[in-house]
Amino acid sequence: MLSLGSVGAKSTKPSFVSYVTPEEIKLEKEPPKIEKHPDLLPGEVEFCCANPILKYTQDDLSQRGIFGTLFCTNFRVTFISDEKSQEETTKTFKNKLYGENDIPLMCVDHIYGVYDEKKKLITGGLVKNKYPSKMIIHCKDLRVFQFCLTFTKEEDAKKIFQGIAHHCLEEKSLKCVFAFSYSGTPSPEMQRKRETILFDSPEDWTQEMKRTRANCRLVTENENFELSQRLPKYFVIPSALGDLFSYQGKGFPIWCWSHHSGCALFKASLPPVTQEDGDFQKHLDIMINAVAHNYLYSAKTEDLSESLPTIQDIQQSYNKFKQFFLIENSTDFWLSDVKWFSSLESSGWLDIIRQCLQKAVEVVECLEKDNTNVLITEEEGTDLCCVISSLVQIMLDPYYRTLMGFQSLVQKEWVAGCHAFLDRCNHLHQKDKECHSPIFLLFLECVWQLVQQHSPAFQFSETYLTVLSDSVDVPVFSTFLFNSAHHRESVMKAESPLAQSSPLSCPTVWDWSVQFDSKAQNFFFNPLYSEKVKHEKAVRKAHKPKHQRQLSLPSTAFKPPSKKGFFKDETDSLKKMLRVKRLSRWMGSPDSPAATTRGFYESWQQRPLDYHGLLLPCLDGPAVRVWMQRYLRWIPEVHIMGGGSVAVMTKLMELLSQVQDLKCVLEQRDSSQAVKLDHRPYIQHRLLSFGSSGRLSSSFPFAYSRNRSFKPIIPTGLMQSLMVSDSLASQEDEASSFVSLV
Amino acid sequence: TRSDRSSGTRVSDTELRYVFIVCVSTAKDVTYICPFIGPVRGSLTVTNYRLFFRCTDREPVFGLDLPLGVLSRVEKIGAATSRGDVSYGLVCKDMRNLRFVHKEPEDSLKKSVFEVLMKFAFPVSNNMSLFAFEYKQVFPENGWRVYDPLAEYKRQGLAKESWRITKVNDHYELCDSYPAALVVPVTITDEELRRVSSFRAKGRIPVLSWIHPESQAAVVRASQPMVGQNGRRCKEDEKLLQAIMDANAQSHKMFIFDARPSVNAAANKMKGGGYESEDAYQNAELVFLDIHNIHVMRESLRKLKEVVYPKIEDSHWLSNLESTHWLEHIKLILAGALRIADKVESGKTSVVVHCSDGWDRTPQLTSLALIMLDSHYRTIRGFQILLEKEWLSFGHRFQQRVGHGDKNHTDADRSPIFLQFIDCVWQMTRQFPAAFEFNEYFLITILDQLYSCLFGTFLCNSEQQRLKEEVPKHTVSLWSFVNSQLEEFVNPLYVHYPSHVLFPTVGIRHLQLWVTYYIRWNPRMRPQEPVHQCYKELLAKRAELQKRVEELQREAANRTASSSSERAGSPTRSITPVQTYV
Repeated sequence: MLSLGSVGAKSTKPSFVSYVTPEEIKLEKEPPKIEKHPDLLPGEVEFCCANPILKYTQDDLSQRGIFGTLFCTNFRVTFISDEKSQEETTKTFKNKLYGENDIPLMCVDHIYGVYDEKKKLITGGLVKNKYPSKMIIHCKDLRVFQFCLTFTKEEDAKKIFQGIAHHCLEEKSLKCVFAFSYSGTPSPEMQRKRETILFDSPEDWTQEMKRTRANCRLVTENENFELSQRLPKYFVIPSALGDLFSYQGKGFPIWCWSHHSGCALFKASLPPVTQEDGDFQKHLDIMINAVAHNYLYSAKTEDLSESLPTIQDIQQSYNKFKQFFLIENSTDFWLSDVKWFSSLESSGWLDIIRQCLQKAVEVVECLEKDNTNVLITEEEGTDLCCVISSLVQIMLDPYYRTLMGFQSLVQKEWVAGCHAFLDRCNHLHQKDKECHSPIFLLFLECVWQLVQQHSPAFQFSETYLTVLSDSVDVPVFSTFLFNSAHHRESVMKAESPLAQSSPLSCPTVWDWSVQFDSKAQNFFFNPLYSEKVKHEKAVRKAHKPKHQRQLSLPSTAFKPPSKKGFFKDETDSLKKMLRVKRLSRWMGSPDSPAATTRGFYESWQQRPLDYHGLLLPCLDGPAVRVWMQRYLRWIPEVHIMGGGSVAVMTKLMELLSQVQDLKCVLEQRDSSQAVKLDHRPYIQHRLLSFGSSGRLSSSFPFAYSRNRSFKPIIPTGLMQSLMVSDSLASQEDEASSFVSLV
Repeated sequence: TRSDRSSGTRVSDTELRYVFIVCVSTAKDVTYICPFIGPVRGSLTVTNYRLFFRCTDREPVFGLDLPLGVLSRVEKIGAATSRGDVSYGLVCKDMRNLRFVHKEPEDSLKKSVFEVLMKFAFPVSNNMSLFAFEYKQVFPENGWRVYDPLAEYKRQGLAKESWRITKVNDHYELCDSYPAALVVPVTITDEELRRVSSFRAKGRIPVLSWIHPESQAAVVRASQPMVGQNGRRCKEDEKLLQAIMDANAQSHKMFIFDARPSVNAAANKMKGGGYESEDAYQNAELVFLDIHNIHVMRESLRKLKEVVYPKIEDSHWLSNLESTHWLEHIKLILAGALRIADKVESGKTSVVVHCSDGWDRTPQLTSLALIMLDSHYRTIRGFQILLEKEWLSFGHRFQQRVGHGDKNHTDADRSPIFLQFIDCVWQMTRQFPAAFEFNEYFLITILDQLYSCLFGTFLCNSEQQRLKEEVPKHTVSLWSFVNSQLEEFVNPLYVHYPSHVLFPTVGIRHLQLWVTYYIRWNPRMRPQEPVHQCYKELLAKRAELQKRVEELQREAANRTASSSSERAGSPTRSITPVQTYV
């Protein structure tokens, strides 16, 4: 077994044992263990390791766990059990890059040390001196690991603790990110599958304009980032916009999407503020004029930084929110269960989600109902603008509800659109807290709300969204590593081993085969997706052929939409009156913006359901929910054995495969020839071998419950939960039962 | 269009019509003050069974149609205005309030809507019979025959060497709120049972509810022992519990689950009640489940209604919901049932469950534990049997708790105990979407018919009363209606796993407010199309294909038989039929 850079790990017999439990004695009596090393990825280097380390099992308060070796590499922190692990091999949903005991360095959120029973957050200063007896790692994907360091040699313990703390917490340079060492040999599949449109070529943009019948102008002048390093390489602007160089790279209304009526959505960073106020206003006027010229001389603008929370608010709220899911033990869990709803509310996270969706609905109303051009602005134009514009497009354009469409949208608005992933996700552990914010996650959260409310409208599943949210913190993909297109290009060029000749190529996250085999990728698809009916295909032909799936409800079950499709020409509407609307706040009452779109939502709700038409979220209190799969998947206390959505999935898969089988039998019949058709229906490949789904838990396919005994989880401390203090509690059950029976 | 399917909403012949205002767009219009869409003008009709309101000059047509049984209170709001408008509010048991305004009819000979409502909404208070006694719809099946206690105990596999069915309560002399058929250990004589009955509140002695088919661990229900302040004991009671323990060879221990908070159980000693002392009951462990009484539950639901109807405050929704404690009560009840089911299934121990009288919290706990333990109760018919047995035959006081036809809306005996149970069942169907044969509509139908008084099922307080009033003879059972259109109530995702125990998660993170029941009157919360529709379509598609395949196979078989040539194709791949109950 190859072990690069493994230092002093040869003699790891425990010499320092503080106390011994029966199992440990048994363990120590075993013959010298065979040295275990992680299977390293290409380019992965082992830094340090320690043995024996006790990994506590999270679902157990009795401080028991498994012994094994803890490693730190340039990619991850990994724990390898001394016992044979049988779980890993049988997993249906296995990530090829990291397993359940691996934590990619980027995925580490916080490390806590327990010193003399006191839990302390590990920061730079604490690392130097002592090492804690227990190390608790909170991950960005909400896993919690607890390692006991007291069984290993003091120097090893110190080394592993300092190593992990150093590599996970210290500020580092982008060059040290594993992606630049990773040299996975591209599999044949990895040859650039042009399914997801990356929007890194002028053709992609032209195609997109054609698809949406946009009447705008493609800008190629920034190919070498001469206009601005903060702008995409290629972008689209209203055709009425003139001189490009007078903007200092700011304040361009950048085209996002065109409605079939002709009006379009634009986003912009605010124009540079110069000494003279007049300049700013002039810029604004030019911008709005250009946007208005796009269609019927109408425009509405909205400054998102005025009406939505700031990125710092968002960061703070999420920090509070995620704490409710980083559960270290059962007692904590049941304690936090008591004030669950008010805790949730106090974090404000669901409210931020509601506000974003609400704002998106307002924009949709302008485009769909009023056929007005919309310009959304923001200081940088790459944070909340991305959230809102992406959401608007998902609500209005069914293409973005397909898997490939959605990925293309993320490329268009976020990756090519220069969202500062590196800073926002804090991949480099920079000390500057101002710029960190889970903006992209917020967007995924909003999409999840739409998915759970209108599941048949989406080709992808919530599992897909969860995996995507995890992948942000896997330092292998180029997708989420950079702050802008310019940043990406310059770093990639510099870091390429064959500098100048060909830039370094990291896989994009969309190459899912890097993480999952095709069987596991089945979980990304929603079996209930209602496929588009045929006759609208003509419109769709414009864009690149996309992966067509047969796995969906028979199209006959859904009536073709009777109303006009998207992107229909509306030449006659030009006769409408010209109008300009320039409102910084276009909706009347700022107190309850919800009320203004209420009517729009209600009239939409009364229309016949069309999964390929406009989609609006319900935003009333009970409708905005917690993304259970993402947040509760690692908490054993809430695993429903034999239940949860996996039960529905299995059943649906079964049904679909039967329908397919029957269809296949019919086809064979019809062709009345003895063809040995062995083309198993497509669905068969998609059918998952769940085994007995009765035994799977609701956290499937993520956490595998070790709770084989199938015991229920009995809550503790119930009485604390409910102090009914009024006199009713002490009242007799029967108002009329004072009849003495003694 | 759901309401159209229910035969109950069609005006039947026996329904007497009291039409008041049928004119539209005149001064005599009735205005319904809708909290969601504002005032709506239309005509209001009240019959002896229901109230309906129609407004036809709106698009889409607006209508209200509700059985009078759902009204808990009818009151005039304010004095008549100068223009002669009368306004009154209707408070409903199903989480809504209605408000109507109309002109005082000039023809004073006509009865006012108010008077007629007061008369027909509260027939019991007016010495009239409930509408269920007038309703004469005939259904193909007789729902009164759904539950046969002897057949049910036989199905459970009652071991004759340990348990017997006693006739001691045949004439309800031992306990008037218990059923006639009771199952007790063979070693206890009827005479001993009589002694026990004087020691248990309301004579509700410990009797068998369910027995585990393998381990013989039993679920036994009772009321509190009349221990009192002096710690009274009853050796027959002690013997009975010992006999229950002995009937289960697997365990030498037993658990007594007292549903109440320990403080309340102790306070009951002052009134002669109390709980089993561990001195008197060797090998029995007493556990308190901390579930609150009917008054706390009533108050909780009242608060919930305030929070959800008519307006929902979005930004404080979660803390408002928390302040009602409704879901916390649900959690406690589910947690209690889970502990009972765990002891029986994993611990193989017998359990005794009681609260104070054993007719509120006890049926909640036993029936939920039974649903967890026995997959039969998760079928449509099995669930009917469960309700007939644990709730109706064992005397949950439906008449008192719901207040059928009684205008005394402040009655302290009213409490949403049964609603709470159905809510718990719903929570379980959420967590195990493929484990229940019935769908959400089934549960909502049960609740709607609980209040409607269209069927006799939920009338009266006990089996004895229902027999005395000849309810089965004069009324239609809800199950007649349900079982005549089963397809409406089937969960398309149902997979029948026999002997599959369900342990739900009771963490409040996994409990949800039942929006489609509690907030169903809010048009914004209505789903455009339930996802179930997709499942149904899929099933229909499969059935259609299956049929065609079968036809073709038959045809092919005929052809091969006639031509004796070798069979073309090899379409013998059999389609494994999955058990789906559609």
